[in-house]
Amino acid sequence: MHMADALISPAVGGAMWAATGALTAYSAKKLKAELDERKVPLMGVLGAFIFSAQMINFSIPGTGSSGHIGGGMILAILLGPYAAFLTIASVVAVQALFFADGGLLALGCNIFNMGFFPCFIAYPLIYKKIVGDRPTQGRILLGSTLSAVLGLQMGAFSVVLETVFSRVSELPFATFVLLMQPIHLAIGFVEGLITSAVVGFVWKARPEILELAADAKPIGNLSVKKVLVGLGMATALTAGLLSWFASTHPDGLEWSMFKTSGKEELKAPERGVHAAAESLQQTTAILPDYDFKKPAKPSEPETPAEPENKTDGAAPVVSAGASVAGLVGAAITLVLVGLLGVALRMRRASN
Amino acid sequence: MSTIESALLDMGGLDILAAQNTPIHRRDPRAKVLTALAFIVTVVSFSKYDLSGLLPLFLYPVVLVALGNLPPRYLLGKLLLASPFALIIGVFNPLLDRTILLRIGPVGLSGGWISFVSILLRFLLTVSAALILISTTGFNAVCLALTRLKVPHVLTVQLMLLYRYIFVLAEEASRMVRAWSLRAVKSRRMSPKVFSSLVGQLLLRAVDRAQRIHMAMLSRGFDGEIRLIRPLRFGMADALFVLAWTAFFVLARACNLPQLLGQAVLGITR
Amino acid sequence: MTHHIVEVQDLNYTYPGGVHALQGVSFRIVHGESVGVVGANGAGKSTLLRHLNGYLMPVQGSVRIGDCLVAKPTLRDVRRAVGMVFQDPDDQLFMPTVYEDVAFGPLNLGLPAAEVEARVMQALDTVGAAHLRDRPPHRLSGGEKRAVAIATVLSMAPDLLVLDEPTSNLDPKARRQFIELLRTFRHTKIIATHDLDMILDLCERTIVLHGGRVTADGPTLQIFNDPELLMRSHLEKPLRMQACPVCGKPT
Repeated sequence: MHMADALISPAVGGAMWAATGALTAYSAKKLKAELDERKVPLMGVLGAFIFSAQMINFSIPGTGSSGHIGGGMILAILLGPYAAFLTIASVVAVQALFFADGGLLALGCNIFNMGFFPCFIAYPLIYKKIVGDRPTQGRILLGSTLSAVLGLQMGAFSVVLETVFSRVSELPFATFVLLMQPIHLAIGFVEGLITSAVVGFVWKARPEILELAADAKPIGNLSVKKVLVGLGMATALTAGLLSWFASTHPDGLEWSMFKTSGKEELKAPERGVHAAAESLQQTTAILPDYDFKKPAKPSEPETPAEPENKTDGAAPVVSAGASVAGLVGAAITLVLVGLLGVALRMRRASN
Repeated sequence: MSTIESALLDMGGLDILAAQNTPIHRRDPRAKVLTALAFIVTVVSFSKYDLSGLLPLFLYPVVLVALGNLPPRYLLGKLLLASPFALIIGVFNPLLDRTILLRIGPVGLSGGWISFVSILLRFLLTVSAALILISTTGFNAVCLALTRLKVPHVLTVQLMLLYRYIFVLAEEASRMVRAWSLRAVKSRRMSPKVFSSLVGQLLLRAVDRAQRIHMAMLSRGFDGEIRLIRPLRFGMADALFVLAWTAFFVLARACNLPQLLGQAVLGITR
Repeated sequence: MTHHIVEVQDLNYTYPGGVHALQGVSFRIVHGESVGVVGANGAGKSTLLRHLNGYLMPVQGSVRIGDCLVAKPTLRDVRRAVGMVFQDPDDQLFMPTVYEDVAFGPLNLGLPAAEVEARVMQALDTVGAAHLRDRPPHRLSGGEKRAVAIATVLSMAPDLLVLDEPTSNLDPKARRQFIELLRTFRHTKIIATHDLDMILDLCERTIVLHGGRVTADGPTLQIFNDPELLMRSHLEKPLRMQACPVCGKPT
């Protein structure tokens, strides 16, 4: 469930980067205060471990399909929340860079979705509460399964929100939630069982490994609250600022100073769409009583039931002249770019 | 070949590409990181119904692939294998948004199809930007650039250690999987039970290794801080690289170049 | 500086599980000596080595390196003086490139950049690995990894080299080259290994450990010619000192 660059808007991507950046800085600071330099190599090696483990497939009983683990909860349990968050961040970053999972702008979203929920919600509020300082096989099973399921549910929900707020995909909120949550319930359940089996295995073989994480200063309830409040504020502020900026300009993050009056005619057909987007952004910016299912705007792009309304209304069909010019220009652009690439290559080869 | 081995080969392949010496490879890693970010933000800031406006941006990957001497087919293959999440979600757009937005003669294109193609183009552009960044810069240089760009040191050190030990641990994991598959005659897939103990075993080894690494670090004076010296020089050429590309991105974002070009051509031929 | 560079006195160590790994180990090593430490698996070699750089602290008995008694306050000096090369070079080489790995120690010593650069290049030259400086460790051959691992401690200008199984997993040619490289070092050396033929090449003196105790300490040839001692310590005559497999004559 890697969020992709192609699906997010700059506002959402930026806001999630800000949230992830804040969390990273906070975790880095906390980790430094822990003063346990053993964790420096341990985090790196366990990150590589999770990376390798993710590449091993296992069969999912009763389905005939196979899956792989995510491993966020395993890291949280072995390393404690701060070190685990940073480790997950580095694993997700390597995947983004080498395997093109997600993308660079979506990296903020992905680190948040896969790191924040297991480390800062599921681990301290569920796993720790259930397993406590005296692990037993049963508690480990219950704690890991519950926290993996809930962590993944929250992560999946976060993907839904990010997608819906970005407005690139047309999937309405309700459909998307119904699509994502049940799938991730199943995935979370398998992940939880595997997590508990692996943690149980380690606990039986070498209990002292689990104590390393437990030794680290536990997150007090206060600091979790602080993190949550701080994060919420940071996200709201960034999102608010970005969407305010977006809504004051006709087209998202358009650089308005480049607009010339000569382009007015050319731009006019598109205006309708942008107007729709604009009014949408204004509604989403403040979120007074935002209805996910069906905004009551007549110019709303996604109202499959009333296409007429749309065509006659605020978003007219692009005039034939402009669209032909666009198509011709597009073709020429592609040819030019392609030719340039070939030419550069040939020059290099001949050198 | 197992997934692990092919993934390792893959990463190694990008590493080898990054070891070349071309005008692109010689740029300061910071310049390339910043330009790639500017590029991605530009791409995603386009309206989802704006297709032609995105096209000039293909100039960036094309030029970098050509000047950086990267194999286009190899990169394209990696692109196609990349996470299909965007496409799965995107494919709903034509179903949900049937408003006709563009008419070419008798054919009407719905907004859903336009935004779906837009998602495809965005996907191609953003993902290739990430792959190109790695294959012209190298992972470690990217990490170094991040350190200089004020990313917390703990995180960049983690990235480097992670990258260093992926090769060691994935090798170990693939040996264990091979040992399992040679003995698992009946089943071709691992049961969760076998998987858990195999991964548990791998985890114990990983923890032991971390302990040995820690010992090796300590015996060379490690005090919790990993210090790096690799001189980076941000020269004129680097500044020019960033500025020129950013200017191009702004231009492409501000005016629809293909539209203008098309009008100019039609205007002349008319 | 005292003449004795390493002085271990009545060293005892018991692991948390209750295993007595070292029981009253004592020896002295003087400047410029090259000493082999041999013994069966579990004889206490690794535990002994871990005391030499203060990774494990003596609970009973003492370890002295040069002028320093190994203890918390002297750790920094001890670790600068003792260059420890670990068995698995993948554990030793943890930095992204060879250059950064060799620079890791000098940077921790707080040396200025120019001095670090000079030391790194000198260390790499010494082991003949200057051309590998920008390579990531996972792209080195087994022999190259060993050479670079040595360079990572040479750059700290140690007084004493401690090597744990330096020839394991090397092909015969790489092993030979590596032994020749070690021979060129004038450092005091302690080599823990099962490769008794290498000891024969490099060390004039050998310490035999068995069950956490020193069972023999003397000239290498003398020890390797004592079949009863070797048998008791779960060892075997170096292959070169055994009879020729074809004609049966002593080689």
